[in-house]
Amino acid sequence: MPDIDVVTLSRLQFALTALYHFLFVPLTLGLSLLLAIMESVYVMTGRRIWRDMTMFWGILFGINFAMGVATGITMEFQFGTNWSYYSHYVGDVFGAPLAIEGLMAFFLEATFIGLFFFGWDRLSKPGHLAVTWCVALGSNLSALWILIANAWMQHPVGSRFNPDTMRMEVTDFFEVLFNPVAQSKFVHTVSAGYVTGSIFVLAISAFYLLNGRHREIAKRSMTVAASFGLASALSVVVLGDESGYTATQNQKTKIAAMEAMWHTEPAPASFTLFGIPSLEERKTYFAIHIPYALGLLATRSIDTVIPGLFQLVDEAKAKIRTGLEGYTAVQTLRANPKDEAARKIIAERQDDLGYAMLLKRYVADPAKATDADIERAAWDTVPNVPVLFWSFRVMVGLGFFFIALFAVTFYVSAKRQLDQRRWLLYVALLSLPLPWIAAEVGWIVAEYGRQPWIIEGVLPTFLATSPIAAHDVWLSLSGFVVFYTSLLVVELYLMLKYIRLGPSESWEIPDVATRFAPPGGAAVDPSTLHADLPRE
Amino acid sequence: MSIPLDYEMLRVLWWALLGILLIGFAVFDGFDLGTAILLPFIGRTNLERRLMINSIGPVWEGNQVWFILGGGAAFAAWPPLYAASFSGFYIAMFLVLLALILRPVAFKFRGKVDNDTWRACWDVALFVGGFVPSLVFGVAFGNLLQGVPFHFDEDLRAIYTGGFFGLLNPFAILCGLVSVAMLAAHGATYICMKTEGALAARAKTAGIVLNLATIVLFVAAGLWVYASIKGYAVVGTVDHAGPSNPVRKTVEVVAGAWFANYRLLPWTLLAPVLGVLGALLAIVTLIRRMSIRAFWASALSIAGIIATPGLAMFPFILPSSTDPRSSLIVWDSSSSHMTLFIMLVATVIFLPIVLAYTAWVYRVLRGKVTAQTIGRNHQAY
Repeated sequence: MPDIDVVTLSRLQFALTALYHFLFVPLTLGLSLLLAIMESVYVMTGRRIWRDMTMFWGILFGINFAMGVATGITMEFQFGTNWSYYSHYVGDVFGAPLAIEGLMAFFLEATFIGLFFFGWDRLSKPGHLAVTWCVALGSNLSALWILIANAWMQHPVGSRFNPDTMRMEVTDFFEVLFNPVAQSKFVHTVSAGYVTGSIFVLAISAFYLLNGRHREIAKRSMTVAASFGLASALSVVVLGDESGYTATQNQKTKIAAMEAMWHTEPAPASFTLFGIPSLEERKTYFAIHIPYALGLLATRSIDTVIPGLFQLVDEAKAKIRTGLEGYTAVQTLRANPKDEAARKIIAERQDDLGYAMLLKRYVADPAKATDADIERAAWDTVPNVPVLFWSFRVMVGLGFFFIALFAVTFYVSAKRQLDQRRWLLYVALLSLPLPWIAAEVGWIVAEYGRQPWIIEGVLPTFLATSPIAAHDVWLSLSGFVVFYTSLLVVELYLMLKYIRLGPSESWEIPDVATRFAPPGGAAVDPSTLHADLPRE
Repeated sequence: MSIPLDYEMLRVLWWALLGILLIGFAVFDGFDLGTAILLPFIGRTNLERRLMINSIGPVWEGNQVWFILGGGAAFAAWPPLYAASFSGFYIAMFLVLLALILRPVAFKFRGKVDNDTWRACWDVALFVGGFVPSLVFGVAFGNLLQGVPFHFDEDLRAIYTGGFFGLLNPFAILCGLVSVAMLAAHGATYICMKTEGALAARAKTAGIVLNLATIVLFVAAGLWVYASIKGYAVVGTVDHAGPSNPVRKTVEVVAGAWFANYRLLPWTLLAPVLGVLGALLAIVTLIRRMSIRAFWASALSIAGIIATPGLAMFPFILPSSTDPRSSLIVWDSSSSHMTLFIMLVATVIFLPIVLAYTAWVYRVLRGKVTAQTIGRNHQAY
């Protein structure tokens, strides 16, 4: 078994770099689409203020985008550097969506982002608009492929264990592609991004209105953000519910942990609005229940039972025992690759193989595990209940707050009273950090809630690391902390600087006739227009 | 689902595609890296440095995706390679990462505060962001040719037993220098093509010198391999369509094995010849002020130089110096038949599309970058 320090440090490093990367991603997703919407209005109406809006939010988008791209490279590398056994074990399935993401989406957004900034004077209006839409499309497609990969970690479909190569391999790529978890997660996540972009635009515009600056741009921006944000916030909550519904079917332990549901209740189960779950005593103190609510929401029926944690742990124990039969057969087959009986057992028991591997935390050879080891390993399948319980409630609470905020702003903006409602502007401004908090706790619910698995039911996280030295991970982890913190300081400084500067009146885009005019502004002979093109 | 291409064929195709992606990265992002390396040397004034930065400004982001795609393709098509090399070269990879993160940040942030010290700091960051990855990539190739100390345990967990400083042996450093010279030369031809006047003239001189250096270093590395680096060879036959289990074969270390392919298939000699001739052609065209042709000549040289070790080592991808049978070869370290096929379909569809819109973007951005063009754009770097 790998060094436990390496496991802890690698997990910490992955969590920190992922949470950090996820500071930039939602804003990229949301702002790219908002930019495309604003520029579409510009192209359709021809009114310059919409172009200035696009350019202004574009500057902030650019600062954010660079950080998103840069920190994204870390994510892709880390699977190989820190999680090499994971890469070996599931690269056949997990690698493909990542690579296709690069081909289909990342190339698109990264290639056109340059033209977005440098192409204003080189492209026609519709040409530039097409570029902006390509950036937005690329960002969103990118999220799609990443979430297809992630969904497979939550719900590993379309694959099987191959004992000859000792890894998971694809059996049906379309199942991986159309994983129901991927679909609900994708829409939930991109909508959360749209909410983030909308709150960002809303808060900064509110700041301008409170200061009486850039009123025209600010009011229009708020209107766009409120309407787009309202639709998105509704979609986040609806698709979040869909995510929960699919998780009820695939990740029962995660749902039970989120709800701190220790014991199975008769259907429909009650929803715990408040409570203090205790991991040690395996019970929840001071619980306030809403009767029937959870059962109705999570199963969409009145008679489907949601299993509690004690019951799920008992089921895990049974899976560990059947998984052990498969695990033993893998060892037999390794000694004699022609043993067809062992092959047959593996094929029958492969769904539970991962459960047997949980024992490796306590015994080197799982076949020698005692009942006490199995009991402990089975309880390991329960994620950290209090963290999930509270993260989930914070996320959902914020989701409903966003709906309310966008709805009120939308109403006030439709009545053209944005200027008069200063309290609303203050609320909007103070809401600026909230979508990030919601997104980060959402990540915690989804990924911390997947523990102890790196691939649900297939591979335990503690087995997936690289065989590297703990001091190397210390070095990279502290390097990332120092480096990322200083970058964040610089990034925030620049963001604030450009927010304070605001949109400028001096953004002139020379049209094609004056493109090559000398600085003095003398008329240009059209025949010399291309004089500065490369000679060959 | 029946798969219309056989496993052996797909493995060879993906071996070639991995090479093509690497070459794509070196040709496209290579000139960005090269320009960053040259920044402190040929950009004398702030304006000249801004011209250099803005000439790569609109395109480096897209170019960098070649690298990310290379990593993704290795992950998807050659999982054991990705797992063994990325974890083995842990510190080296970490340095590359920091350098690559520094780069976009430096681009964006350098021009945002009007202060000489601020700019000087980001200039250093840009140089580091260009130099470190260029060096490390070459060093990595140098280590591939010598074999890397790793083996697989019974669960097929790749265990690396070398340290970081072991990677920095003299031969690997020589390969690192080949890479730095090659990419800097490529950057010089690009700057020569995109700028005018004194800056372009300096880029031209730099391009000539660096292309010469590339030829000398490349030939020196080749002679070194010939004289004293042992190659690896598979003993007996390996099923080309067998399962990807890299410990079921026997491998021996043989002097001269890295030249076996060149002897067996003389057409493969085209690669090293192209590496040298391309650089020579770049020099000639630079002297005759044909900077666009020089750029493409240097791209050819890059393709030849990268293909040279790839062809020499075939079917080896990552030889193991401490446990040769753990070496990764084309026939036993790929993804499954189905995954290789799906990935090929995706590549055949999307790579041409990527190339088409990349070409369009370069066309829109054609022309020299001048003080006027960057003065006009308030979003220029």
